[in-house]
Order: sequence, then structure tokens, then C-alpha cells
Amino acid sequence: MSLELKNVEKKVGIETHIYSTNLKLEKNTINVLLGSTLAGKTTLMQIMAGLDKPTSGEIWFNDENVTGKEVQKRNCSMVYQQFINYPNFTVFENIASPLKITGVKPDEIKERVGKVAELLKLSAMLNKKPDELSGGQQQRTALARALVKDSDLILLDEPLANLDFKLREELREELPKLFEDRDCIVVYATTEPLDALMIGGNTATLLEGRIIQYGETLKVYNKPENLISAKVFSDPPMNIAEISKSGDMFKLKDYNVQWKSDIKIKDGDYKIGIRPHNITTYKEGNNSVEINGKVLISELSGSESLIHFTSGKLNWVSLSNGVQQKNIGENTKLFMNVDEFLYFDANNRLVTNG
Amino acid sequence: MNKTYNQKAWFFVVPVFVLVAFNAVVPLMTVVNYSFQETFGSNVFAWEGTRWFKQILHSERFHASLGRQFIFTFIILLIQLPLGIGIALTMPKKGWGVPVCLILMSMPLLIPWNVVGAMWNIFALPDIGFLGNSLNSLGFDYNFTQQSGDAWFTTILMDVWHWTSLVVLLSYAGLNSIQPAYYQAAEIDGASRWDIFRYIELPKMKKVLTLAILLRFMDSFMIYTEPFVLTGGGPGNATNFLSLDLVKMALGQFDLGPAAAMSLIYFLIVLLICWVFYSLMMKNEGRT
Repeated sequence: MSLELKNVEKKVGIETHIYSTNLKLEKNTINVLLGSTLAGKTTLMQIMAGLDKPTSGEIWFNDENVTGKEVQKRNCSMVYQQFINYPNFTVFENIASPLKITGVKPDEIKERVGKVAELLKLSAMLNKKPDELSGGQQQRTALARALVKDSDLILLDEPLANLDFKLREELREELPKLFEDRDCIVVYATTEPLDALMIGGNTATLLEGRIIQYGETLKVYNKPENLISAKVFSDPPMNIAEISKSGDMFKLKDYNVQWKSDIKIKDGDYKIGIRPHNITTYKEGNNSVEINGKVLISELSGSESLIHFTSGKLNWVSLSNGVQQKNIGENTKLFMNVDEFLYFDANNRLVTNG
Repeated sequence: MNKTYNQKAWFFVVPVFVLVAFNAVVPLMTVVNYSFQETFGSNVFAWEGTRWFKQILHSERFHASLGRQFIFTFIILLIQLPLGIGIALTMPKKGWGVPVCLILMSMPLLIPWNVVGAMWNIFALPDIGFLGNSLNSLGFDYNFTQQSGDAWFTTILMDVWHWTSLVVLLSYAGLNSIQPAYYQAAEIDGASRWDIFRYIELPKMKKVLTLAILLRFMDSFMIYTEPFVLTGGGPGNATNFLSLDLVKMALGQFDLGPAAAMSLIYFLIVLLICWVFYSLMMKNEGRT
């Protein structure tokens, strides 16, 4: 089982929503579409589901061209950011609805709904109506409706975005388990890099209608092919600075910071990407370099401190553990973990040792 | 908890109170006053107790016009609701068609009621009216001034023309507030067009439809101007609806006592039906 997009393109009027895209999703995988709003995640999912037709290109499912096939005839399910349930059905009827339409016998419906309801902790509210439930429970009902069907393709379009923080955490942990032993392809769209990391599987980074990189989630995170992919997959935003290299010395162009690195690349100009958690108020790693900055703002969350500072002409973001009290305007010393730097060449491609 | 009491705030209510007193309470009390007394003009009153009420409730004339009123309202609702929802469903959701449809739909609502009556009167005249003339030349024996069936047909057609738009506009607003994701989710479930209508659109339109039914019920139950101009209640008493009958009794025959009693009964019927209907429709709402 696989889902393949071949040169899929979507235009609306003169605007291009999806540029020519090739993507192959294998069975039993969870695939995260990661990108900001308007990156084309939802459009891509609607094309996968058959809710929307591509302007050009083909969609293949199991060696079958399904490009023009109607949604009703495909075996997929979708969960939305908004909690979409039938308003005047009970939770049981809601979960049972896709089975009823396909003519499953009442006994079997009861059994399957019962199972899914238990999995999603809905057993106690099967007789309630959606508007009597909390947001989290409503979204669980929508998830149950998607799961009960044994679809080949399950699409989750930012399913956690409208939930409050605690419920989001809870459901995010459960999600990968729900799909563990299912014979299907799961696609999960999100704007949050953290979602992608917690869900694992594969990740495709998207920007403005293009898939920038697709691969195993950790690989995409640790070795982004290019600067754009690295930027998309970084929250808080990645720090980017121009540097020059000569010999084994690296130097920030804008500010007097130098360091040595054993990365073997040609002399010349590069860009570096530094994730915020690799700039800290304390030394981390064997190889760190000092940077002085003026605090712009500091956000404390208790377990972490986010400190924005200026150094030279650039604004930097750093993320340290624990409470690091800094006053606005204060001059402070921070440490950058050199081993974690990502180097990009003039074409914004990642350069590595090997 | 230390609450500050400021009785001066009551002064804010005074203007509304005075206004409501003059435009509602005082006239209503006058009617109540009339309904329990007999008057011969020059402010001479004689106490009659509940006599007028008993008389009206047992009067065949009242039963007949009340019956006509119920049948009329029932037919109107039966036609206008499905038709209005149907038109709303077929209206475009975006593009240049939206303003065109909305303006076309609002037109009948903007025409003064007596003009509507006069328009349809002329339109339906059997000899010179376009509708009447056409029907007759097609071989139908149509004359709304002489045949009760034709009078009913014309009155109902006029009301449908005049008021279906209101149902359309309300339904259209209700339909537009449904998020596209609902339709997509239903399609993914494999739901048919009818399923989508029955299980998504109709429940989501429940509130606006309740409002539409209430408004259409009240307006059609109290209809006066249009049939007054169109048929004047005729031929005979065929289209003599409650409010027409009431005005005839009050101003034609100057039976102020019975007319006042009838007004109150009329008012209570409207109030009762609206209340029962609204309570039934909203029984399961308002829970969170």
C-alpha cells in the first residue's frame, strides 16, 4: 500500500497553491506535513483525499490512478482543526455514522464503536450529544469517527490546534499509539515543530506551496537539506548569521566572535544556523564560544528561559534551562555550542563533513 | 462583598417606561376596558363582565374566520418554508451571483404592503390583468372577485411572492454559517446529498428556521393589508381573515365591546402558539 503524488500542481486563478510536487508515502507510516499557515498543507491533504482535484499531475494509490475518483468511493477519513461532528447525533451515532453508510451490521457496529470509544476514553459519554462535551472530548469523537472506519488513509489537519495546552499534550502523546498497529497511511498536518518531533515517523517540511524536504523526522531535524527546511523545522526560530572561514578559524561577519571547528569545508563565506537551545547562559558541550549581547526581552516559563538579545546588528534568540533572570537592557554573556552549528553554503544548502 | 446601591439608575429606565406605556400598555388597557363594558359613545359605559368574551367564543362568525385564518397560515407555512429553503440551497455561495440573488430576493420585501395588494389586484383582474387574462385565455375559468377558490389561490400566491424571500434570506444566512469542513467530513464519510441536508444543514439551520417560522406565523396570522386591498375579504366571506373580520366588527359595525374581546382572544392565541412552538423548538438548546 502506498500513496504517491506525481507532479501534482494546484492553481486557483493566477495563484499557485501547490507547485509541482512529488511525494511517496508508504504504508504503516505516520507522515507529518510541517509548515506555517498558507504553506499548502490543507490543500495537499484535500488533494490526497480527493476533496480537491489537482490542476495537473496524478495521484496513485496502490498502483491505481485515483486522480479523478470521488471522495465517497475512496476509503479515507479526515479529522479537522475545528471539531466536526454531526450536531444532532449522539457520540455513539457519530462514531457509527461512517459504518452505517457502508452498511455494516448493527452488531458489528456496536462492537467496533465500543472498541474505538474505549481506546479514546469515550465509553462513558456515548449517549451524549457533541455540544454537551468539552472540546477535547469532541475532538476525540471526531478521531474515533476517523478510526472506526479502517481507512487506508487517515488525514489529520491540525487536529490539536484548537485544544487548550493540557489537552493538546495529552492527546499528542496518545496519537502515535493509536496508529501503531493499523494498516494505513497517516498524514498529520501541523504548524508546530514540536508536534512533528513527538509524533516521529516521517516529516515533510513545506513553505509557500513547495515541499522542501521529506524524510525521517529526526533526520530532517538533525540534517536539514537546506536553510529553508531548517527554518521551518525550528521553534523558537533559528538564529541565522553570516560567517567567513579561513583555515580552521570561523568568524561572525557582523560581530567579533571567533571559533574553531573540525568541519572540513573550503575557505569562504557561509551562513550558520543555530537553534535557540544551543545558545545558553551556561556552558554546554565541549566546544563553546562566548557571545556578548544586550537583553531585549526575557520570557520565563519556569523550566525554561527564552532570552532575546542583540549582538551586533542581529537579533538572537536563546533558550536555557531553568529560570535565568535577565533585565531588559542588561549586558550579558552567553555561550554557543559550536558542535551543533549548521553550516549552509551560498546556495543555502547544508554543508557537512561527509 | 460591598455592593454600591445607586437608585438613581432607575432614571435611565424612565424614558423606555414612558414610551412603552404610551405605545403598548395604555392602548392595551383601553382595549381591556372596552372588552368588559358596553359603550354608546359620549363616554357612557355599562359593565358587562365576561359577556363579550362568551359571545365571541360561541360565535360562529368568529369560528369561521379563525378557521380560515388557521388554514391560510398553515398553507402559507407549508409552501413558503420548503420553497424558501430550496431556493436558499440553490443560491450561489460566491461570485457575482451572490449580490444579484440577494438584491432580487430582497425586492418583494421592500414593497409597501398595500402596494403589493394593489399590484396583485390589477395583475389578477380577469379582463385586463396579465395573470387573470392569461389564465382565462388558456381556458381556465378564473375570476378571483367572484369565485372563492380563485380568491384563495390569488391571496396565497401573492403572499408566497411577497414573503418567501424572508425565509430564503434567513435560510441562506444559516447555510453560510456552516463551515466547509462539515461538508467535507460528510463527503469523506460517504454521505449522500440528502444525508448532508438532513444531518448537517437542517440541524445547523434549526435556529434561523425557528425564527423564520415564528415570523412567518405571526405575520400571516395577522395578515390584513394585502387581502384588504386584493379581495376585501370576499367574495362573500371567503377570504375574510381574522384581522379583516375584527376591523369590520370594530369600525364597520362599531361593536366596540365584542371587537375588544375578540382582539384580546386573538392576541392570546398568537402569544400562546408562539410560546408553545418556541419552547418546543428550544427544549434541547442552551446546554453547554
